Amino acid sequence: MISFLASRLAFAGLVLLVLSAFVFFLFFVAPGDPARLLTGEKATEAQVAQVRANLGLDRPIHEQYLSFLGRTVQGDLGFSYRNQQPVTKLIANRMPATISLGIGAVLMWLALGIPIGIMSARHPGSWRDRMGQGFILVGVSFPTFVLGMALLYLLYFMPRQAGFTLFPAGGYKPFLADPLIWAWHMFLPWVTLALTTAAIYARLTRGEMLAVMGEDYIRTARAKGLSERKVVLKHGFRSILTPLTTQLGADIAAVLGGAIVTEQVFGLQGIGSLAVQAVGNQDRPIIIGVVLLAGFFIVVANIIVDLLYVLLDPRVRGAH
Amino acid sequence: MATLEARNLNIAIPTGDGLVHAAQNVSFSVEAGELFGIAGESGSGKSVLAQAILGLLPTAEISGEIWFEGRDLLTLGSRDLQKLRGAHIAMISQDPLSCLHPYYTIGSQISEAILTHKHIGKTAAKRETIEVLAKVGITEPAERFSHYPHQFSGGMRQRVMIAMAVALNPALLIADEPTTALDVTVQAQIVELLDTMRRELGTAVVMITHDLGLLASVADHVMVMYAGNRMEIGRRSAVLAAPAHPYTAGLLASSPSNHAPGTPLTPIAGQPPSLLVRPGGCAFAPRCAQVMPICSLERPPERAFADGSHSICWRESKAPAPMAPVARQTGTRAPVEAGAPIVTVRDLHFGYPSGGPFSKRPGVEILKGISLTLARGRTLGIVGESGCGKSTLARVIAGLVPASSGAIEIAGQNIAGLDAAQWHSLRKTVQLVFQDPFGSLNPRRRVGSIIGDPFRIHGVASGAERHQRVRDLMATVGLNPEHYNRFPSEFSGGQRQRIGIARALALNPSLIIYDEPVSALDVSIQAQVLNLIRALQEKLGLSYLFISHDLAVVRHVSDEIAVMKEGRIVEMGDADQIYTSPQHPYTKSLLAASNPLPRLKGAS
Repeated sequence: MISFLASRLAFAGLVLLVLSAFVFFLFFVAPGDPARLLTGEKATEAQVAQVRANLGLDRPIHEQYLSFLGRTVQGDLGFSYRNQQPVTKLIANRMPATISLGIGAVLMWLALGIPIGIMSARHPGSWRDRMGQGFILVGVSFPTFVLGMALLYLLYFMPRQAGFTLFPAGGYKPFLADPLIWAWHMFLPWVTLALTTAAIYARLTRGEMLAVMGEDYIRTARAKGLSERKVVLKHGFRSILTPLTTQLGADIAAVLGGAIVTEQVFGLQGIGSLAVQAVGNQDRPIIIGVVLLAGFFIVVANIIVDLLYVLLDPRVRGAH
Repeated sequence: MATLEARNLNIAIPTGDGLVHAAQNVSFSVEAGELFGIAGESGSGKSVLAQAILGLLPTAEISGEIWFEGRDLLTLGSRDLQKLRGAHIAMISQDPLSCLHPYYTIGSQISEAILTHKHIGKTAAKRETIEVLAKVGITEPAERFSHYPHQFSGGMRQRVMIAMAVALNPALLIADEPTTALDVTVQAQIVELLDTMRRELGTAVVMITHDLGLLASVADHVMVMYAGNRMEIGRRSAVLAAPAHPYTAGLLASSPSNHAPGTPLTPIAGQPPSLLVRPGGCAFAPRCAQVMPICSLERPPERAFADGSHSICWRESKAPAPMAPVARQTGTRAPVEAGAPIVTVRDLHFGYPSGGPFSKRPGVEILKGISLTLARGRTLGIVGESGCGKSTLARVIAGLVPASSGAIEIAGQNIAGLDAAQWHSLRKTVQLVFQDPFGSLNPRRRVGSIIGDPFRIHGVASGAERHQRVRDLMATVGLNPEHYNRFPSEFSGGQRQRIGIARALALNPSLIIYDEPVSALDVSIQAQVLNLIRALQEKLGLSYLFISHDLAVVRHVSDEIAVMKEGRIVEMGDADQIYTSPQHPYTKSLLAASNPLPRLKGAS
């Protein structure tokens, strides 16, 4: 078990190392001179060279990378070219909005997608299944930004026209200040992100449940005289926790790395919108920081999923 | 009063292709403490009967009556049926691994059944679970309580299933192919355990099986099903020793146990019918050896015989007696002149190394020093239980995986040092036929191109010539050459195995390695394929390595037999000698477990 964890952690470190090298060299070969960008059009060559030297951009690439790597492992992601703020601080400022969006959306899509999937799978071909499948089809085909805009129009703009406020247009309000205000502001972003993802979970749940309910041990459970509810939940659903966990690990990591579209539509100052702004400004330290953060989340999520397998599946437990 | 009585049961299951008529006018009754056998090949409707009794066919159209302890199960609501299931009617089924939930301990799965029907505490349920585990022969039951299914062997898992089934002392136990997935020595133990349980607890047992021989030792009454019809029912001694219906007689005649080794088997011709159409006459008429004109026109009447058995047949007398086990003759085949052996294996080892520096998994040795020779034109049978390494041996000899150490010579050529080009040409000499005729044919390719592959790969024939040679091969193995453009899914199991054999024959090999070629086939089809294998050898002078878990099949086709256990050959010799005077205790236990028919002699 310990050796399993050690090998997973070593591999995770390697993945992050390769990722950091990749983004770093990607920006090195990309066009555009950051020093010129920072100093502006009117700066003299001498000024530009001065800035370039300050940033260390005149040194050989491998030296730049090594010093970047050295600072990164110490938790220093450098400073924004734009406003000279530490990248770690910028990211830390943006995390609450992204985490708030993530937690609510995950709970919502699980609460919606899994029951729909189970309901669909229990009576394949029935009207309930057809409704579930309809939900899946609409959900996976709806682009997030269209759904977000539609919700804004229906639940913010139209009530405002009629003279009252049903939901705010967006913006992030801190949880600690007032949880109710927080939830009220987060509701439309949650629904936007959750509805499309819930369809994916409904489809996954339906497919996996259909397969599991045909298993011999389900027939054994029925032959024992268990109630249908127990057969479906305790014996059927228990078996699909493993694939659900796999999918959930990847999705949570992706949301934490920035739900770009949802954050943009609702003006949430999260990681995703930070990334979009940084790309617009060609602010390399921030872009690299956000990419590494997203990579970190994915790697950590994978390790957690692997550990959960061990908890979920006694057969895996035996193998380690 | 009978514990279970089915009257005029009709079951039709709606599917995408139409209504499947899985049972037609089936009646039988089972007394308390009786072991009632239902025998039939796949698709005969026997498992559907079991599920209908348990009320596990929600979509099926069922008519007739199923009386259990004074109540008609078909009139009960789902809540009432649920209360009966597990407590009064229990079930065990074929594959004990897939029937136990992999994520729960066996103890909790059995306790769950007890807690569902009895209002007792968890501790009491655990105590009862441990008691019943001990009763079915699980050693250290208190400790095994918290183990998971994958930590048990196949036979132990089936004991766990039986423990779950008898935990609540049900009046009726339905065992659907309880031993099919188990090794032959374990099979005997499980049948014995079921027999003990019904005697001790007075439980009526309905045992469903494709293996008539299995019923020969324990069943009180036997019902033979075919295409959803009850062909014959009666006391075990009557049905198995003096079958009334030609189908029962045919089944018994197809079994290699009832034939002298090397003689052609008597298969039932043709294929089982589709259950989508209900024939006007007898369902068996197209395959029946004693068919009369009326058989395919009108449904046959039910006849009762003096020994108490009933059959549905137009024939007034019983079917001609099945071939009695023929006295085994030695030297049925001319001794082959001692030529150079086609295969020589010396001290062969094969294993997997340990899992690397991070893993605690030790290396596994699967073959521990195998030596054997196969003379040209002869058949060497390799028999052993699952996990003994027999399939691995086949793969190593075929060169699909390299040996760890030891020497393999094929046609005088040591295969260890061959380069890719030499392997390519050796492939023409050695061919394989696999167990699963479904999995070993690409479902998206036409049969003509599957059989023609060897010609294409080795650049032997192309165009019209290849086409013609494929058609010839199809004719050789008994397939209709007009089916050249069909897909594997359009063929039955037996026909698919013929396709596999045709593919193996394409390049005129000297050696064919058969890995369990008939174990996925029904007994009547198995006989057809075994006859074909035998006939091809005589016609083409092929040498065979024939691997199977089934001693009767191996003995039927082999000149010599090697008995494998745990990666070693424990006994090897002339087939008849192994059969008549086995030396090794393991061979003796294999023989004792696999040969139920001699026990029948007392009954007849």
